[in-house]
Amino acid sequence: MVLHSNKSKLVGLIIGVLFLILFNFLSIILGYTNITIQTVIDAFTNFNGSNEHIIIQDVRLPRALIATAVGASLGIAGALLQALTRNPLASPDILGFNAGASFAIVVALMLFSVTSLQATTWIAFGGATIAGLLVYFLGSIGRDGMTPIKMTLAGAAIAALFASLTQGLLVMDESALEQVLFWMAGSVQGRKLEILLAVLPYLAIGIVIAITISNKINILTMGEDVAKGLGQRTMFVKLITGLSVILLAGGSVAIAGPIGFIGIVVPHVVKSIAGNDYRWIIPYSGVVGGILLLMADIGARYVLMPEEVPVGIMTAIIGTPFFIYIARKGGKLA
Amino acid sequence: MRKYASVRAFRDRISFLIDRKAFLYTVIFLLFLGVVFLISVGMGEQLFSPWKAFNIMLGNGSSFESLIVQSFRMPRILISILVGISLAVAGAILQAILRNPLASPDVIGITGGASVAVVLFLAIFSNESNALTVSIHWMPLAAFIGATIVAILLYLLAWKNGLSSFRLVLVGIGLWALTKALTNLFMIIGPIHQAAQANVWITGSVYGSNWSNVQILAPITIVLLLIAFIMTRHLNIQELGEDIALGVGARLERQRFSLLLLSTGLIGSAVAFAGGIGFVGLMAPHIARKLVGSSFGNLLPLSAIIGAVLVLLADTIGRTVFLPIEVPAGVFTAAIGAPYFIYLLYRQRNA
Repeated sequence: MVLHSNKSKLVGLIIGVLFLILFNFLSIILGYTNITIQTVIDAFTNFNGSNEHIIIQDVRLPRALIATAVGASLGIAGALLQALTRNPLASPDILGFNAGASFAIVVALMLFSVTSLQATTWIAFGGATIAGLLVYFLGSIGRDGMTPIKMTLAGAAIAALFASLTQGLLVMDESALEQVLFWMAGSVQGRKLEILLAVLPYLAIGIVIAITISNKINILTMGEDVAKGLGQRTMFVKLITGLSVILLAGGSVAIAGPIGFIGIVVPHVVKSIAGNDYRWIIPYSGVVGGILLLMADIGARYVLMPEEVPVGIMTAIIGTPFFIYIARKGGKLA
Repeated sequence: MRKYASVRAFRDRISFLIDRKAFLYTVIFLLFLGVVFLISVGMGEQLFSPWKAFNIMLGNGSSFESLIVQSFRMPRILISILVGISLAVAGAILQAILRNPLASPDVIGITGGASVAVVLFLAIFSNESNALTVSIHWMPLAAFIGATIVAILLYLLAWKNGLSSFRLVLVGIGLWALTKALTNLFMIIGPIHQAAQANVWITGSVYGSNWSNVQILAPITIVLLLIAFIMTRHLNIQELGEDIALGVGARLERQRFSLLLLSTGLIGSAVAFAGGIGFVGLMAPHIARKLVGSSFGNLLPLSAIIGAVLVLLADTIGRTVFLPIEVPAGVFTAAIGAPYFIYLLYRQRNA
């Protein structure tokens, strides 16, 4: 923990937000078409329909905003999940949320030809919920209750199951493959601002819930018994937390497809900066998550110039060493 | 009836102890494999009865019929069997050295390592017209190297005052995610990206196997299999745990390492020709262990045969039931294997 007093934490958070804005800006100007700062300002103050202005307004800006929203949501969802399951390896992708949502969307698209954005979002919620509940249930059976290891294994198995079912469906219908493959890779590129706007309300509700219940989560992390002893209705708090996670994780998948490892890395980074108080961890996770995904997305443009790497691949390459590091530490909280 | 029968030859210089029950199961499954084999030869758009299929194989069919059987179905079926055997034996060996029933080569990333290597191999050694610039004979070697690198990484990263099997599985899951990402990355770089085949291959399919594939894979599998059978006594000792193994005088680390190489060799050669057919290495040894117990002299042959049956069945169903669409064998093995994995997890809940 680097920052101790509330004042320094507040300053840290403000600096974080400034960095978030800076990276948004970098995300707009960096890439295959290099853009000067002056052009960016012009594109908003005095739009002239030039190629560069169109790129800024239709491609770069939505992309930066989506990366921010998705990164923030995944970061917060990860922090909530790690608190809820008391498992430092928990994150939306490890616990099968992404695979469940992907499967649900592919089924809806192929078998029921659902294409409307709203419906897709709700279907992603549904899939994420089912997979999450399955993993939660499987991870909690047995005498010693929910252990990080059982939970992670159950998540891996459920993810493998849903992934193979999705794969099977896609092999049967190649036209659907083309529609979905782009989305399945996990990317914030080429999505329109409307997609973000359609899902943003759910993400916002998720974030508001997370911030509102953060002091309850502090008590919950002391353990079920202590929380009950202090008069908390733990079941209620857990349900609300779960709802928030589903809104955040499901919403992110609906926008950007499965992007892994943000949810696992962010809370650990945040805890090493700002300590264990969830009233600080939640906003910090949002900010750090946004910065991390923006950075990964900018990096993804340069690895294979002029082609782009889906950002999901970048986050996996960055995140795996981190995951292994935590696994080696024996699943102790940072 | 006694439990064992002994076979002695050359004035008792060579002797075997045969477990009657295991022998019986092995014969039963071998017959079952034969039946599935004949049915599979007969199934397809051109349907033959198993008896007719048998006759065609003996050469008593029209030239059209023998073309279908000899050139199209046989190589594919043989590859299925060889791949099934390799994966099952590799899985059994891994479960012994890691002393963990959940150590399936797929979940701990070894299959993934082989996939990365194959995709990278195709990306590096292809020219503009998507033709390979080096012989395809090198592909199993690439897959073997990939699988071995992941296995060694896994071993090193999970090592911390000894090897805890759960830490091993956790680190393995992490490596699995990494290999998935790298495979996608190299698919984007390389020309395989253009081929719609890539997706099918990653899922695991024996689609498009030909005789030259069989010629490459068969000797590798047979040699590795023989080595595996020779090493069964070391395997049995490995399963007793480190302390006992050391106590009875096993050179533990050296044997463990050579067994690890053996299993990565089997996995690599299987993945090179069939992609990631998942969960066979998990299921086959488990089913075999349920039937004949965990002595590897009995376990290895039976799990090899069960592995062959699983892959062959999955491929036969995949290429016939949903005609005209082909479903990769890997979809079926994962659809059965993942719930099985969950069931194992459930059984171990109080361990």
